[in-house]
Amino acid sequence: MTSTSPTQGETHVAPQADHGDPARTWIARIADGRAWLFLAGLIICFEVWSRLAFGATFVLNPFNVQSIAIFAVAPLLLATGQTFVIISGGIDLSLGFIMGLAAVVAAHATNMAGAAIPLPLAMLAGILAAVIVAGVPGIINGLLISRLRIPPFIGTLGMFGVARGAAYLLAGGTTVPVQNSWFALLGNGKFHGVPYLVMITAVFVVVMHYILSQTRFGQHNYAIGANVQAARRAGIDIKDHILRLYVLSAMCAGLGGALYAARFTAGAAQAGEPLLLDSVAAVVIGGASLFGGSGTIFGTVAGALVIAVIQYGLVFVNVEPFWQFIAVGLVIIISVLIDQAQRRFSGARQDE
Amino acid sequence: MNSQEQTAPLLEVRNLSKHFGAVRALNDFSMVVRPGEVVALAGDNGAGKTTLIKAISGVFQPTGGEILLRGQLVSFSTPQEAREKGIETIYQDLALADNLSIGANIFLGREPMRKAFGFLPVLDRKAMAVAAKQTMGRLDFHVSRLDAPVSNFSGGQRQAVAIGRAVYWDAQILIMDEPTAALGVPEQRKVISLIHQLKAQGRGVIFISHNLQDIFAVSDRIVVLRRGVQAGERKISETNHDEVVKLMVGG
Repeated sequence: MTSTSPTQGETHVAPQADHGDPARTWIARIADGRAWLFLAGLIICFEVWSRLAFGATFVLNPFNVQSIAIFAVAPLLLATGQTFVIISGGIDLSLGFIMGLAAVVAAHATNMAGAAIPLPLAMLAGILAAVIVAGVPGIINGLLISRLRIPPFIGTLGMFGVARGAAYLLAGGTTVPVQNSWFALLGNGKFHGVPYLVMITAVFVVVMHYILSQTRFGQHNYAIGANVQAARRAGIDIKDHILRLYVLSAMCAGLGGALYAARFTAGAAQAGEPLLLDSVAAVVIGGASLFGGSGTIFGTVAGALVIAVIQYGLVFVNVEPFWQFIAVGLVIIISVLIDQAQRRFSGARQDE
Repeated sequence: MNSQEQTAPLLEVRNLSKHFGAVRALNDFSMVVRPGEVVALAGDNGAGKTTLIKAISGVFQPTGGEILLRGQLVSFSTPQEAREKGIETIYQDLALADNLSIGANIFLGREPMRKAFGFLPVLDRKAMAVAAKQTMGRLDFHVSRLDAPVSNFSGGQRQAVAIGRAVYWDAQILIMDEPTAALGVPEQRKVISLIHQLKAQGRGVIFISHNLQDIFAVSDRIVVLRRGVQAGERKISETNHDEVVKLMVGG
């Protein structure tokens, strides 16, 4: 894309309109990939710490890598949906309890279907039911925000409460155990050392990356986040887009809930409760701006892994678990500071 | 300029009215725009300029009157319909998505797709970049970093991108609402020269400005609005600042 045609200067005297300085683009690229640099730095730190303190390796131990990957699955599923929403300039606070609701629905549906049809089909029915039911609060969120012009923060905060109550009611106030050996295998089995959960999530993340970076839906999402007015004037159906956006993010949480039920062979309303803020943090660490218009799925993957490595790593090196909160908080702040500095440095407009 | 008067009008507005309840924002207004002609709309705040262009570009439904495009009666229920018929509006507050490239802005809402690996539909960024380069070249505006977001460019350059989008989609009528208002002086001159290029390409331009300097620099005719009615129409060559101001304030 950066090719300069050599014939340009011959026919015209008009100077180049842009101030293309390759050094600046490199700095911008490093800043864009900062989440991966964070991740590499963290892993090196824990490796050194672990070797000094216990004489054992941290990252070369396959058990640790598997555990971190499984640890990152649920927050990452929420965070992929959240990435879309945050790029559009919104936020979805209801994802945590939509995930809980979906986990309960997955457990109930799998059990009910298991009585009538073979177990593998019952498992698929349970997952499908969880994702579809999760779409319902997504539709309501989308309609509230697009048609009734309720700010996303408030609309999804309301849905946070509704989904929470619905999930607890449906679960009867307790956890719902799943009687399905296939479902348990999905949640805990491995193929050549790679957990099924991680494989499903990897495929899902690649699909979401494709949607965000290669389709009109993704392109319009960026445009809406940067300038709603411009997007509307360009003929994009904003209401329809916002509706589909919140359904998409809710369905990500739905899949997260179904996989949670698989992993713990039980559905619990509080499944996603601690993960909501982690999902927002993962998106921000991954380089998205909360003002909308920027962010990538792969950035979010790095962000989710950063959080998982901090949480698992601190436990591994035997630090009191409360330090996790402090460490994740510091990473969020540093990440935003780097973003600000990079904007100032690259000369782009900072205030919108 | 005499030859222009014989050419068929590109756009003709006949007895157009727009009432908001009892408020007659626009009343019985008529004007024509011929190919290659720049018509300035002048008038004080609240004179009805914005109402007029919104009625032409499909944002408002007129209460009465007719709009003719190349002699054919048209009516638009949305701005998209107006745009499909070749009427493009360029706003002073730059209707661009700052985080996207020039190409992505030109194609916003109408992105070209290609098939990756023979089956997977993906955005054709290369086609967008090529079209962006060619289109901006036609406006004498040369960029090498076609993947850079438009936030890297200055106000006048961004205005050029907005005009480039209209040119790419082959707009025949460009309505420019205060295109120079937010710009510095050199940038204003750049936009004025862009308007000259549009004129040379045979497009019709409706140019709204408070700045009489700009109006006299670029327009062929000036239409003055006052309280929703046409207060006068002059050829730029046959009028001066004082007369236009008198028409505007009603002296």
